Amino acid sequence: MSLTSIAENPKPGSTIFSPELAARFDKLVTLYPRRRSALIPMLLYAQDEIGYVSDAAIAEIGQRLDITVLDVRNVLTYYSMLRTKPVGKYNVQVCTNISCMLRGGQEILAHCKDRLGIGHKETTPDGLFSLEEVECIGACSWAPAVQVNYDFHEELTPESMDALLDEYRSKASQ
Amino acid sequence: MADVTLTVDGKTITAPAGTLLLEACRKVGIEIPAFCYYPGLSLQAACRMCLVRIEKMPKLQTACTTQVTEGMIVATDTDEIHQARKAMLELVLANHPLDCPVCDAGGECELQDMTFKYGAGGSQFVEIKNHREEQQWSPVVFFDRPRCILCYRCVRVCNEGMDVAALGIQQRNSGSVIAPNDQTQLDCEQCGMCIDICPVGALTSDTYRYKTRPWEMTHVGTICTHCGDGCKTTLGVRRSDDGMQIVRGDNRDKSGLNGEFLCVKGRYAFDFANNEERLTQPLVRQPNGEFAPVTWEDAIKIVAQKFRVARDDRGGASIGVIGSTRNTNEEAYLLQKVARSAFGTNNIDHHRTTDYVALTRALAGKKHRMASIADAGSAPAIFVLGNDPTEQHPLLAWNLRTNVRHNSARIYLANHRDIKLQRQAKSSIQIPADGYAAFARFLGGEENSVFGEDAKALRDALRNEPSLLIVFGSELRGSAIDALAEFGLSLPDTKFACLGDYVNSRGAADMGLYPDLLPGYVPIEQEGGLRAEYGGRMSQQAGLDVAQMFEAAARNELAVLYVVGDDPAERLGVDADALRNTFVVVQDMFMTATAKLADVVLPTSNLYEKSGTVTNTFGDLQLVKKAADRAGVRSDLELIVRIADTMGEDVHALVPFGKGVRADMGQSRGVQSGEADRHGIWLAAHNLEPKLSPFDPNAVLDEIQRLVPGYNFDRMELLAGTSQHVDADGSGVMEISRFANRPDGAMPSADTLFTSGTLGHYSEKLNEVETFQAKKSMVAAD
Repeated sequence: MSLTSIAENPKPGSTIFSPELAARFDKLVTLYPRRRSALIPMLLYAQDEIGYVSDAAIAEIGQRLDITVLDVRNVLTYYSMLRTKPVGKYNVQVCTNISCMLRGGQEILAHCKDRLGIGHKETTPDGLFSLEEVECIGACSWAPAVQVNYDFHEELTPESMDALLDEYRSKASQ
Repeated sequence: MADVTLTVDGKTITAPAGTLLLEACRKVGIEIPAFCYYPGLSLQAACRMCLVRIEKMPKLQTACTTQVTEGMIVATDTDEIHQARKAMLELVLANHPLDCPVCDAGGECELQDMTFKYGAGGSQFVEIKNHREEQQWSPVVFFDRPRCILCYRCVRVCNEGMDVAALGIQQRNSGSVIAPNDQTQLDCEQCGMCIDICPVGALTSDTYRYKTRPWEMTHVGTICTHCGDGCKTTLGVRRSDDGMQIVRGDNRDKSGLNGEFLCVKGRYAFDFANNEERLTQPLVRQPNGEFAPVTWEDAIKIVAQKFRVARDDRGGASIGVIGSTRNTNEEAYLLQKVARSAFGTNNIDHHRTTDYVALTRALAGKKHRMASIADAGSAPAIFVLGNDPTEQHPLLAWNLRTNVRHNSARIYLANHRDIKLQRQAKSSIQIPADGYAAFARFLGGEENSVFGEDAKALRDALRNEPSLLIVFGSELRGSAIDALAEFGLSLPDTKFACLGDYVNSRGAADMGLYPDLLPGYVPIEQEGGLRAEYGGRMSQQAGLDVAQMFEAAARNELAVLYVVGDDPAERLGVDADALRNTFVVVQDMFMTATAKLADVVLPTSNLYEKSGTVTNTFGDLQLVKKAADRAGVRSDLELIVRIADTMGEDVHALVPFGKGVRADMGQSRGVQSGEADRHGIWLAAHNLEPKLSPFDPNAVLDEIQRLVPGYNFDRMELLAGTSQHVDADGSGVMEISRFANRPDGAMPSADTLFTSGTLGHYSEKLNEVETFQAKKSMVAAD
């Protein structure tokens, strides 16, 4: 009986992650009473390093935690902040939950779509920007808010949004 | 635990502390509906159908996860609860397609039943339902996402019951979806438990989907014809052009010794019965070497005449008889009786897959040492030596897993391979493939440097078990079994079981399909009072075993070979030349390798098309009920009787029908038995003796019960469908010195989950699954 997890597992000892991250994972799994409790942080860190959670990352994480690939996918697909496909260099996440909606979040989203020429969960052809409509990001007091990768930008208008996108574009070309 | 008293709907009820409220209510007849709750599996509380009002609790509570407590006051039958159930159903139905008229589950769907009973005839949803296309996950499993109600039963039974974990839940909320483990396919044991446990039609099987409706079939609970565990399978049969066709096998009738469980073979590998290659006409080899169809009368006349001439001219010893491991006890018994009493030969054998004889002899005179398969589900400690139960004895493996999960049973393993059961084992050691006999002696205290510290620790652990079940595979035979039994008997309380391969391997052995043993393992020298029954032709000289019969044939010493439901030619690689001077009669369903060498081939019915009893490898005797029917074939029982009759034998002496014995009331006659049932009941009610025919297996069963040691079971219970454990005590076997070095002649079949001897070749579904699995393991090996 070949169960998938065994079939897809990489060779023990080899890793697809950087030495630093691999070391971090080695420590992480010792912090919890049950190894599998480290699953969500591992997925997040893997995504930060690779840009998304690749099949290889899933296999290695499964092996590190002694759970099946299916177990990893069950958790991975639950969270919309975890992705299994690459995104652009800057992932623009526009909040359209109630506070942002009342303060113009929808307009910001429409403006981004127009300006970048892409829709929800799409990436520009140059791979620079991805756009995502997200639920509340906890910045209601400063709505409308946008999160680009891990940075927050608040009280935006279409104009300041333009400036923001330009700023990222020039940052990328440096 | 102490009992607590609580009030449900004004009724005072008592239940042991710790009981789930839902169970406590069901026990006293208060129904609480639930989808996700399933006895024996972990609790989920996903479907919210079992909501009840408990006084002093702020919100409605799920009865499936609430334990009863003293003084609890519960309401299950109020407007509030009615409304809650209706609302829950409305949510469940929000995305559920109303395709009941074409859905496989229509008519036996829990969601249908609940909707009828608890309401939600209309819906407040105006949105378009989510639809997703059906998916085929394996040759047997299909998934229709829209019908799924997310009860997680399939996920839990696969995880917990099967320990396969091939199913998961992905996405979330109303987008949640059951997902297979290998991207879009299942990499699993293909047992179909997920389909059986699905309350709706989300998981369906390829063999049954869109074929018929549940109410158009007749459902017959009989015994699976494949491995030696003897699970009860419910066959759904439907009238077809040439008889009654099996359309479905499942576990709808959970009354068998297998409870919830059924494997891929029990569920899908009935299709050999519908194979187009089935023989339906007697064939006789013509002078030109070709087979030609003849009438039954002619075929039987030819066979009977050849048998009689061989016996009269060349003596009984010139006749060889090979029986089957898939026929009923009645057929096996009658075959050896005809051979001994009518043919005058002891050249009787069958495909032996393990050494029941050695175990019986080792336990001679000791009562209640043979285990039932149920013991594997309840014994506190089990030692499995050899075998791979997951592959070869799926029910045993299920019982062991369940026992560990529910009762924290301790499982000890010693095997030369890595086997899946190691995951449940408390301790597991590896021994050399040729080291089983030495290991058995090592357990008994013979030190051996091959076995290290882990083996010693295992031995010590076994010695400290107050009660132990020892189950061993065919790796152990002959004196190795003696050594193991000696070790086991030195412990305070030990039971044994020996694993043979086919549904009636044990029955064939118990019924005396041996050249040197009579029914009940009585040595031929002792004749056990059978001579008076069997008549003067019976010889006390041991006969030939299968291999010796073919050797005798090659030496021109075998005039006749009568093969009933076996394929020795394939197993032993016999060539046509060896049998050129032997008249070969084969009774089989298919043109097997042996049938191709025959002079006469008589097409027979299989276990699903006949009645009688079988004994599983643990010695659990069960009733086989006739489910299907195929025009043109005869049961082996009927053919044996007719051949003997045509030979001029006294059929009344052979089959004691009409001797004032207890009669069949129609239980054995299958789905068309309504008439017979009423007739039998009327006769019984008027104190008249129901007439038996010589083809009635119950007449033979009477003689088995009367004459075969160990077969003194409760007849009423057996007919009612309860398995009866038989325990041949082997008391007659003790003092025979030749037993010490008796060759066991066993050829284990090495079947896997997806093969089933010769019969397996004719099951298209089993072959398809095997190919599918083989591809998977090839990919895995890359």
